[in-house]
Amino acid sequence: MATTPADKPVNNGVNVEALFGAQAALAQTPEAARFKWRSTVEWINGTHSRSTIEGFYGLGAEQKHKKPFTFEADHPEIFAAQDAAATPVEIVLAGLASCLTAGVAAVAQARKVQLRSVSATLEAGMDIRGILGVDEDVRNGFDGIKVTYKIDADASPADIKAIVAQSQKRSAVYDIITNPTNVTVEVA
Amino acid sequence: MRTTAVVIGAGQAGLAMSWSLAQRSIDHVVLERGEVANTWRSERWDSLTLLTPNWQSRLPGYGYEGDDPDGFRTMAETVEFIERYAARLSPPLRRHCPVTSVRRDGDGYRVVAEQGTWHCQAVVIATGAFNVAQVPKLSAEIPSGIAQLTTARYRNPQSLEPGGVMVVGAGASGAQIADEIHRSGRPVTLAVGEHVRAPRTYRGRDVQWWMDATGLNDERYDQVENLRRARALSSFQLAGYADRRNIDLNALTSIGVALVGRLAAVRDGKAQFSGSLRNLCELADLKQNRLLNTFDEWAAASDLSAAVDPAHRPEATRVEASPPLGLDFGRAGIRTIVWATGFRPDYSWLEVPVLDPKGHIRHDGGVVTDAPGLYVMGLPFLRRRKSSLIDGVGDDARDLSAHLASHLAASSAGR
Repeated sequence: MATTPADKPVNNGVNVEALFGAQAALAQTPEAARFKWRSTVEWINGTHSRSTIEGFYGLGAEQKHKKPFTFEADHPEIFAAQDAAATPVEIVLAGLASCLTAGVAAVAQARKVQLRSVSATLEAGMDIRGILGVDEDVRNGFDGIKVTYKIDADASPADIKAIVAQSQKRSAVYDIITNPTNVTVEVA
Repeated sequence: MRTTAVVIGAGQAGLAMSWSLAQRSIDHVVLERGEVANTWRSERWDSLTLLTPNWQSRLPGYGYEGDDPDGFRTMAETVEFIERYAARLSPPLRRHCPVTSVRRDGDGYRVVAEQGTWHCQAVVIATGAFNVAQVPKLSAEIPSGIAQLTTARYRNPQSLEPGGVMVVGAGASGAQIADEIHRSGRPVTLAVGEHVRAPRTYRGRDVQWWMDATGLNDERYDQVENLRRARALSSFQLAGYADRRNIDLNALTSIGVALVGRLAAVRDGKAQFSGSLRNLCELADLKQNRLLNTFDEWAAASDLSAAVDPAHRPEATRVEASPPLGLDFGRAGIRTIVWATGFRPDYSWLEVPVLDPKGHIRHDGGVVTDAPGLYVMGLPFLRRRKSSLIDGVGDDARDLSAHLASHLAASSAGR
């Protein structure tokens, strides 16, 4: 499948041996595979808010990122907001893009394909009559998402397509977006 | 009763094993819950034919003897073919003798069946991979007025109510059933999950001719890159019709079948489909093209390029720009759902702890390593890609009977 000469080791910065090791280990201990991802949010003002992500649960124990990460969100001025940060739906696109791109690197590494550059543009359509409550028949969310990758790698166009297709098949965010998920929102 | 080996099941796998054991003069009995070829006989729909051409049913000491080597057998013909094999072997067979328990007994096994109890040194499980039709949990959410049946119970379109039909699953079974139901005037919506696309004929030869000639069918379980995945793959999206037509998704949409994504959920009487249809079709197209590349490379390397028709690539699967993500069963006029969502084996009688958490026997090429003297046959990619084909059981029986013979020798030496 790969066209990279054998004397040049492929390095996309992904430790696939560790991933394959985890795959084998977790097949034996399914309970360690149960993760919980967490995020907290604070309202700042208007449509502006700040989310903080630090801890998560996995491998049978509480885990922590190296440091807390924060993500702000707001809405643009044409929504009568301050535009202090990207809109939440744009952050969803960023999540999808990052997840698929991480997958491209991992799948390419597993298939011994050296990547030189990977970029993608994402575009999602939305009819905002949904969120504004103008027309009940219009959904709030995207009516579709288009992702277009540009990839320079040591592989044929068909092999590159296969890497991108496999990345979708193994992507968490792709699954979250393409399949229904139960969401429970409570007030404590 | 005492015997050396008990073979459970008298389908092609059990009979081939009986032949191999007889060749080695290993005393054995074959226990069959019903008649020879029971599953072929009773749990298949009317129009089903084998997916492999007649020439490709090669059993040890037996093969196709008719004048239509490229045709496809009906189920009745398949049963008759295996019956004739049984008649030729005249194996030590007990018909109508379902096994109710297999457990360890010293360094051997105790097999309890309807006609008695056998004590033996080895057991070969040849009960097949297709015992229980799998139906997803979400079937419980389907509105009550809609008839539901599995591919094991489905017989023909005429026995369904008039009106729309949703077929769930687009493997060989789902695609064939969608094709014939839609042609009967009942509009079909096909929910498409992962599937394996293949053309019936390529460069003028049957796809199974290519699989056989290139050696792909003989690829061994210890040589394949991802065995777990290879064993889980669904069968080629093929039919064995006399006109050799394809039943891939393009063929189905061209007669008017509506494609939707994988059935992901049922809520408030409505079906929700995954938005991944386009990617699943892309994966299947890419995989098919890799298979055809392998055929082309083999033909070129074997100096056969001129002997077969020119190479071509089938049209990519046509998927509409925005396939529907939901469907109201009532409004869409769906009266029946056919679950073509696969089968699993039934080992409820097996009291030896060798099952993995998913209920499959842990084995190494059919050798159940956790239980010396226990063997399994006829499962997908058991020892070779062809292991679940009629054509594949002969080589597996030869290998596993050799292992079984050395197990007997070792355990008698240890006594």
